Amino acid sequence: MTMTITELRRILVECAGGEDLAELGGDIAAVEFEELGYDSLALIETAARIQRDFGVTIPEEQLVEVKTPQELVDIVNAQLQDVA
Amino acid sequence: MILVTGMGVLAPNGMGVERFWDAVLSGRGGIAPLTRFDASRSAARLAGQVADFDAAEHLPSRLLPQTDVSTRMALVAAQWALDDAKVDTATMTDYDMGVVTGNASGGFEFTHREFNKLWSLGSEHVSVYESFAWFYAVNTGQISIRHGMRGPSSALVAEQAGGLDAIGHARRTVRRGTPLVVTGGVDSALDPWGWASHLASGSVSTSTEPERAYLPFDVGAAGYVPGEGGAMLVVEDAAAARARGVPKVHGEIAGYASTFDPPPGSGRPSGLRRAAELALADAGMTPGDIDVVFADASGIPDRDRDEAAAIEAIFGPGGVPVTAPKPLTGRLFSGGGPLDIVTALLSVRDSVIPRTAYTTTLAEDYRIDLVLGAPRSATVGGALVLARGRWGFNSAVVVRAVSDRVLPGSES
Repeated sequence: MTMTITELRRILVECAGGEDLAELGGDIAAVEFEELGYDSLALIETAARIQRDFGVTIPEEQLVEVKTPQELVDIVNAQLQDVA
Repeated sequence: MILVTGMGVLAPNGMGVERFWDAVLSGRGGIAPLTRFDASRSAARLAGQVADFDAAEHLPSRLLPQTDVSTRMALVAAQWALDDAKVDTATMTDYDMGVVTGNASGGFEFTHREFNKLWSLGSEHVSVYESFAWFYAVNTGQISIRHGMRGPSSALVAEQAGGLDAIGHARRTVRRGTPLVVTGGVDSALDPWGWASHLASGSVSTSTEPERAYLPFDVGAAGYVPGEGGAMLVVEDAAAARARGVPKVHGEIAGYASTFDPPPGSGRPSGLRRAAELALADAGMTPGDIDVVFADASGIPDRDRDEAAAIEAIFGPGGVPVTAPKPLTGRLFSGGGPLDIVTALLSVRDSVIPRTAYTTTLAEDYRIDLVLGAPRSATVGGALVLARGRWGFNSAVVVRAVSDRVLPGSES
């Protein structure tokens, strides 16, 4: 199992809204969360959802460092690889 | 001088100031069977719901996952008040704008939903936004964040009296040097948990007829109907408002006071009369300067009697017109006082006192001139607004018409 940017986009919108914003529709992989308007709380909420949906726990110290959707997807997929 | 320059209303009988005012004058109510959940087994089933409110029509999607219905309403009412006052926050200094709201129940519905997840699914399913969505200061906080208002801000909790306390404190905040403050109150707790909490007061009407359920001062008074919504105001220092070219002024917040009741069983009178007299003194006015009293009008006979006695003691028997439009909306808790302030300012504007809806027959020992049957034409220069909270909170605000000389542009 791996996670895609599209799946992360869905989770972000469910957790913190933003579906009405044009910038979220494009290629967001390398755009910083801050620029997309997702703050630290939105990321905590997102991490909780990822834990439920993918069984992956993202340590807090990693979560505060993560800057872009691609980085977050990579962290999740690396853990999924380890499990597999 | 502290002026009201903007007003925003979300009431069960009308969204927006003019729709609400039209409903009040024509006697159109918003009390109806509760539909937010299945209340068929509840002892009381009527509520004042803001039925047509769709938050997604008014707010960015980012705000929806993190806000309770009460906060969504507060954000919309605040936006409307700022629009009404033609405030362009981008041209103002963030620390020159504050937010003071009253709140009685916090984010009840949001919290109920998250608690449900906590018990049925586990703590990892609880939204991180619950950390603040429940909180009494959340409306202040979200308005502050949304509009970049970083000046002195606070939240006041005093049940139905808290909305007037917020307005009183906003006035104090302006006097201390913050030129503009967004203030008022909005409450909503019509989910199953919130409803159980309302019923715990023991004073919610069990009538099933919307027009006979909440009858303040009536011989048939038997409790009140809870509602949701409220009003937000923009209050400003007069000179600052003039300097930014404010388009209009609704009136002045001229006086404010609050008191506590003595302990139950003490035999001493309630603190309501004292709150009203202190507010009049604060305004530098006498009872003769007041043209209408907006009563708290709880619909609970003992409290109605106490309030009628306090009004009679200040103004003399039948000495001032008294009204209570709130049977049209239900009691809105922190939203009730600010909505009455809006109504009072509209009375000033249009020289008309709305009637006390639904009440028909005044209990015979109440010697007050309750406006019944139809709106009454009257020049309203000063209005006294009263609110009482459960557990002994009493608050009073005096609003006053503003003479032409302080109106915008009149200096030139």
